[in-house]
Amino acid sequence: MNGPSFERGYNTLKEQIDAPVAAFFSSCVHCGMCAEACLFYTETGDPKYTPIHKLEPLRKVWKQEYTFWGKLGKALGISKALSDEDLSDWETLVYDSCTLCGRCSMVCPVGNDLAYMIRKLREGMAISGHAPPGLIGATKRAVTIGSPMGVKFPALQAQIRHAEAETGLTLPVDKAEADYMLLLSSMEVMNFPEFIGAVAKIFAQAELNWTISSEAFEATNSGIQIGVSDIAAELVQRIVDAAENLGVKNVISPECGHAYMAIRWEGPNLIGRPYNFKVIHILELLEQLHKEGRLKLKDKDVRRLTYHDPCQIGRRGGVLEQPRNLLNAVAANFVEMPDTAGMNWCCGAGGGVSANERADELRIRAFKRKKAQLDAVQPDALVSACANCRIQLEEGLEEYHTDIPVVSLTETIVEHLDGLGSKEGHPS
Amino acid sequence: MTDVELLLWVRGPAFDIATVILCAGMVIRFMEIFMLGRKANLAEARGSEMAGGLGTVFRRTLVDTGTFKRTPFTVVAGWLFHIGLFVIIFLFVPHILVFEGATGLSWPGLPSNIVDAFAVITIVTLLAILIHRWRDPVLRLLSEFNDYLVWLVTFTPVLTGWLAFHRVGAAPAALIAVHILSVELLMVLFPFTKLSHAFTLWVARWYNGAIAGYKGVKS
Repeated sequence: MNGPSFERGYNTLKEQIDAPVAAFFSSCVHCGMCAEACLFYTETGDPKYTPIHKLEPLRKVWKQEYTFWGKLGKALGISKALSDEDLSDWETLVYDSCTLCGRCSMVCPVGNDLAYMIRKLREGMAISGHAPPGLIGATKRAVTIGSPMGVKFPALQAQIRHAEAETGLTLPVDKAEADYMLLLSSMEVMNFPEFIGAVAKIFAQAELNWTISSEAFEATNSGIQIGVSDIAAELVQRIVDAAENLGVKNVISPECGHAYMAIRWEGPNLIGRPYNFKVIHILELLEQLHKEGRLKLKDKDVRRLTYHDPCQIGRRGGVLEQPRNLLNAVAANFVEMPDTAGMNWCCGAGGGVSANERADELRIRAFKRKKAQLDAVQPDALVSACANCRIQLEEGLEEYHTDIPVVSLTETIVEHLDGLGSKEGHPS
Repeated sequence: MTDVELLLWVRGPAFDIATVILCAGMVIRFMEIFMLGRKANLAEARGSEMAGGLGTVFRRTLVDTGTFKRTPFTVVAGWLFHIGLFVIIFLFVPHILVFEGATGLSWPGLPSNIVDAFAVITIVTLLAILIHRWRDPVLRLLSEFNDYLVWLVTFTPVLTGWLAFHRVGAAPAALIAVHILSVELLMVLFPFTKLSHAFTLWVARWYNGAIAGYKGVKS
């Protein structure tokens, strides 16, 4: 395999440009409104964090390769071509100060989907050798070990045993022909293992026929975050192979934003074919079970709760109503933050930023936007549905000396679950 | 060349040339966009691309409250000069006569004094926008020659039209000739500059909404 080079990066960027990208760049009038939608700009005031400015390398390639004047300028040698130095200069803008949250894509008056373009720009950045070391490390671990955090199946097995001891249920592993195959993020496995027991309890009550695969349990996809489609496709293929080998009908995406984007929306396009199973987000499934009367709640949480929409699950993934319906079912005092749902502000750590140690200081600075949102509603607890968001939220709140517990929506529901239906759980 | 000869030339051959460049140029711009195509989405759709796309085409004309509070000048000034341009171009009776001559289509116009007021508002707003572009750190970083050129070729027809209407500064024939020439400059540059956003933004908005709509979410 060829190593990274500017030429490969340039050619990749050329290939990434499609009709939407051309329409977006053709329409930008440099109004600057996208800056005010980006928490990296609003919290630093530095104009370089303006989203459309972050896309300058891709715009240069578009102009030079796909416009009349750009081609003419190139032929006459009068336009300044994209250089490797440009890509190097833009590396921190493209990776450290963009979480692919897509809030800028919601406000652009001409309709530019800037996050769509940043995702494409990262393909050229990575292949030309301009990706952050932290993300490169995470991606290598994902490919060689199977998880960006280096979590192997024995580590998950230990957490499964722990959950079994705690719940008294048997958690099914590698169960053929199960209706649902649960994926997890390694952050859940390592940092929030209680999620596994919580899911098991809900599934037991709902008498769901489910399983975990020992071959492919990791839902996260560093290939998407770094922008290397070949790797992203390989990581998706592992899940597809495991699901199809077991013959499951559905794959459940866990409480993780970009994992949902990877397996639900990008996956089939990465591997070049539709799946033989459906992908459902855990929140979609929980809402469905609740509607069917299979998720019974004994009481309501009386605390003042608010909800942080993980960007890739909400405005970029389409799961916006389900968490609200669930919260209204489980919480007596659910309040929305200002700029909520589709216009929610990112936590500041998505899109690979949390795996990029170089961005730590900026990430915490950007969190001030979320802090301001929380200050406006003063909740007793903050509910979310992404392990990565949760870590950033906890870290950010601690940094700014704010004592608000951060909880998972699934775990919040479990606390109010009415009994356990079939106590036997599911024979493995 | 006398003022009248100049006027006849700008109203005749020059206008035809500018119209051809405008139309041919926009065809080229749209071909540049659509010939790139896009890959079919293999993920199972949750919603409709078409409905999402059309929704965003209309919705994006307005901004959400939070964004408005953060960018009041850009939003208000943007609305003002776009409405001003619309009124001046399409609702000024002499302009309607030009459209009628070219296409056979006619519609009612507004009284000249009302259009005059819109022209003044547009001129003042465009000047404020230029100053804002100079002063605002984000806009200063983003702005390039193209942005100032586009501003100039938008501002000049409004100013020359207003001067011609009030017959200020030169003989009427010369004023109108200069005004039409400035419009023709705008028409010629239209497809090759950001002015073309007037047409391409509908495509951009549609794609934005379609990408979101496919996933069952509004953008």
